[in-house]
Amino acid sequence: MATAHSRSAARLMLSPAVILLLGWMIVPLSMTIYFSFLSYNLLMPGMEEYVGFLNYEYFLTDPAFFAALFNTLMLVGGVLVITIVGGVALGLLLDQPIWGQGIVRILVIAPFFVMPTVSALVWKNMFMNPVNGLFAYLAKAVGLQPFDFLAHAPLLSIILIVAWQWLPFATLILLTALQSLDQEQLEAAEMDGASFGNRFIYIVLPHLSRAITVVVLIQTIFLLSVFAEILVTTNGGPGYASTNITYLVYAQSLLQFDVGGGSAGGIVAVILANIVAVFLMRMIGKNLEA
Amino acid sequence: MARNVSNTRKALVTAVAWTIGILIFFPILWTILTSFKTEAEAIASPPSFLFFDWTVENYVEVNSRSNYPLHFMNSVIISIGSTLLGLLIAIPAAWSMAFVPAKRTKDILMWMLSTKMLPPVGVLIPIYLLFRDFGLLDTRIGLVVVLTLINLPIIVWMLYTYFKEIPGEILEAARMDGAGLWDEVVHVLTPMAIPGIASTLLLNVILSWNEAFWTLNLTAAKAAPLTAFIASYSSPEGLFYAKLSAASTLAIAPILILGWFSQKQLVRGLTFGAVK
Amino acid sequence: MTFFARALMGATALTLAASPALAEKLTIATVNNGDMIRMQKLTDDFTSANPDIELEWVTLEENVLRQRVTTDIATKGGQYDIMTIGTYEAPIWAKQGWLVALEGLGDDYDADDLLPAIRGGLTVDGKLYAAPFYGESSMVMYRKDLMEKAGLEMPDAPTWDQIKEAAAAMTDKDNEVYGICLRGKAGWGENMAFLSAMANSYGAKWFDMDWKPQFDGEAWKATLTDYLDLMNNYGPPGASSNGFNENLSLFQTGKCGMWIDATVAASFVTNADDSQVADQVGFALAPDKGLGKRGNWLWAWNLAIPAGSQKVDAAKKFIAWATSKDYLSLVAENEGWANVPPGTRTSLYENQAYLDAAPFAKMTLESINAADPQSPTVDEVPYVGVQFVAIPEFQGIGTAVGQQFSAALAGSITTEQALANAQNVTERTMKKAGYIK
Repeated sequence: MATAHSRSAARLMLSPAVILLLGWMIVPLSMTIYFSFLSYNLLMPGMEEYVGFLNYEYFLTDPAFFAALFNTLMLVGGVLVITIVGGVALGLLLDQPIWGQGIVRILVIAPFFVMPTVSALVWKNMFMNPVNGLFAYLAKAVGLQPFDFLAHAPLLSIILIVAWQWLPFATLILLTALQSLDQEQLEAAEMDGASFGNRFIYIVLPHLSRAITVVVLIQTIFLLSVFAEILVTTNGGPGYASTNITYLVYAQSLLQFDVGGGSAGGIVAVILANIVAVFLMRMIGKNLEA
Repeated sequence: MARNVSNTRKALVTAVAWTIGILIFFPILWTILTSFKTEAEAIASPPSFLFFDWTVENYVEVNSRSNYPLHFMNSVIISIGSTLLGLLIAIPAAWSMAFVPAKRTKDILMWMLSTKMLPPVGVLIPIYLLFRDFGLLDTRIGLVVVLTLINLPIIVWMLYTYFKEIPGEILEAARMDGAGLWDEVVHVLTPMAIPGIASTLLLNVILSWNEAFWTLNLTAAKAAPLTAFIASYSSPEGLFYAKLSAASTLAIAPILILGWFSQKQLVRGLTFGAVK
Repeated sequence: MTFFARALMGATALTLAASPALAEKLTIATVNNGDMIRMQKLTDDFTSANPDIELEWVTLEENVLRQRVTTDIATKGGQYDIMTIGTYEAPIWAKQGWLVALEGLGDDYDADDLLPAIRGGLTVDGKLYAAPFYGESSMVMYRKDLMEKAGLEMPDAPTWDQIKEAAAAMTDKDNEVYGICLRGKAGWGENMAFLSAMANSYGAKWFDMDWKPQFDGEAWKATLTDYLDLMNNYGPPGASSNGFNENLSLFQTGKCGMWIDATVAASFVTNADDSQVADQVGFALAPDKGLGKRGNWLWAWNLAIPAGSQKVDAAKKFIAWATSKDYLSLVAENEGWANVPPGTRTSLYENQAYLDAAPFAKMTLESINAADPQSPTVDEVPYVGVQFVAIPEFQGIGTAVGQQFSAALAGSITTEQALANAQNVTERTMKKAGYIK
């Protein structure tokens, strides 16, 4: 159907999006690259000078760097696992006939509408706080010592908060996918004596593979730059226990106002994100083919 | 899996589903309840669930302190504006990718998505300088532009996966009938894709509503949306849980209500590509 | 795009209230603390006297505010006509020429009435660059009833040993009473504000005269060891995420025997509406170690005008109003003397009505006067600032070091590791910034 005419028309229609995104990428990116080779502190204007790879050297040898790299991967991976397992489970549950299905579905998707800052504040102060929080109260009510989430399991706590926000998204997509599952195929399998586990592994899961891919892709994009939740709850600590790459760049550029260092960090983060993207495409790209 | 289920089973599943649903919703419910407590009650131990002195003083206080209607309108304009602008740019792009794919279409799509991985903090200073030079600081236009750009990849991608599900033959038939390109996109494709477009729209309104980095850092007084409103209630000196809860409730209520009313559309549209 | 822009503006014009013609609009960025919120409610007094000036408030949480105003002033963004800044920013910014010198604030402004310690921190080359709105130091707040029960008495000027003894005696973990609550949350303005001030009293310092970081010295080791010892034995659970607010709610709900923190907290903990222990709070100076320095800090929130502002005169008028003696009386009329912004003017501490209404007034004044930003610790140092070092790099280093000490408090690293890491982090930054080779 692609005639020469429609081809050029197609290019024309694609171009605004491409040009805009290209501009959005190139302009700040080239400025950032430029800054990353300068010794440039925002609080000391007029002192900029070319310093070569010094900023990169400092960023990459920062003791926090490898911790941050590891934490970033843990955070993305952890949230993905929780939301996908939880999303499949919830999807299966909500796919059953139940009374008040609409309301339950509303309850389940609600966290997706909450601003990250708000949800982090709420979890931190009203739930995870070891003295005034609700969890502490429940622990004391059953005679346990309250657990200090943000001090002793900071990364896990943040993973839980972020997973709470993204679980609805995963559930929604997986549920929609489940609803299109061929019921007759399942029933036939059931009559043939296939157990629930077998039916799940051989029929349901393959059917969900594309939906899962979508969830992984979209969520990874957002999870790589999780920031507000960390800033509000732990400030990246204790130590570097909950510092991710984005937070590290933040500390450089908006705490230290070291634009050079922050820019170098930003470039490193972009490179890392693209490596992740390439791997992601290798692993799941096939699922996206029509 | 479930055709002839006994009522016992249904009751059981219902109970489980409701329990989980309420647990997931609980933090929001708790925030709403706390917003009706006094500050002292908000940190009281044991916490009271329903039996406290209900008060609206926090809402009164929040309203006297901040210009909620202004922030609310800013949020509405910024999120809807950026979504509509995004759709305007993305629909043709997605059409072209879905129906006239070139060899590099997939790569372009992936590249677009990868621009979203740029950590915003890393480029704040360059963007701030550009905004200053173009006079866009603290303007709604400026925010609309930025949010359009950061959400454009997602919009294009969602629409693309959705459009691809539409059989090309229908478009071809329209073309046989003498429809031009414009007619094809506007009168044939768009109506067929309404559910997909609607859910893309909703998802993007939600994402823009909750975007808290650019909206906070590029605004001052005039264009500040609800994310900035929240930033004036988080962790001041003194007790603040109740006032924070009231502000939070005000900030999330509009989008929560929109989400609830439109969840059917959202679900329908999300079937994009993913299902088959 | 222009069409869209115009359409959008048309749509939004409807939602904006029309502004009176010729009125000058001042955009004021401020922090969301109680005293500032109160000021916003009282501005009718100013605008009715100055009908040609309109005020527009941007109220933000401290960290966001700092990030916003710093970005804006350093890039000359020009978004704000008046900025609320801390004692840390004022000298750095003034030296950069980013602030308008506050001269000509009016005859009745009486700059000589400002507390010398506070004024000194805001003055560069003899000129005042920011007007203090409220000032604070830190002091010990303790529960009289618990001290009595323990059979102890708190001296007005305790030592760290006495603090430890009192903490041990008051702690009753079964009843959720913890002898001492201190900041543990990482941040240069959080745990490091407390720890740097405490370190001063131990004779420790951030840098020696050659800008070499000093975390490898004995004084810092003694400071951190004693701090961890106090907190691990007598502190509340979760202390490593406690900042000012967390400790405030702990103290107000009767869970702390002692709390060493900002003097402004005194008005919160003695306010019967919010505090369950309002009538049982006593005050004492921050502790010392017998070395001639006390562990208290000095801070003020101030109003300043960015250089290049087009509305300097109007901005000065507002600042003169908000930091004047008359403003103090205005607050007293509307909200009572106990609620006036403290710690800026000598005359306030000579006002009997204030002294009667604020039982913490005397101790606040003594604490402020006991701090000296020019000579913060026992030895001579090359920097200015009591609980901070007034160099641009400090926010970053302070927070990174704070992370290490917070981790030590959480028990994830040892005292030695924390100090070694702190030394390493600080050295790296100072090398990079060119202070040391």
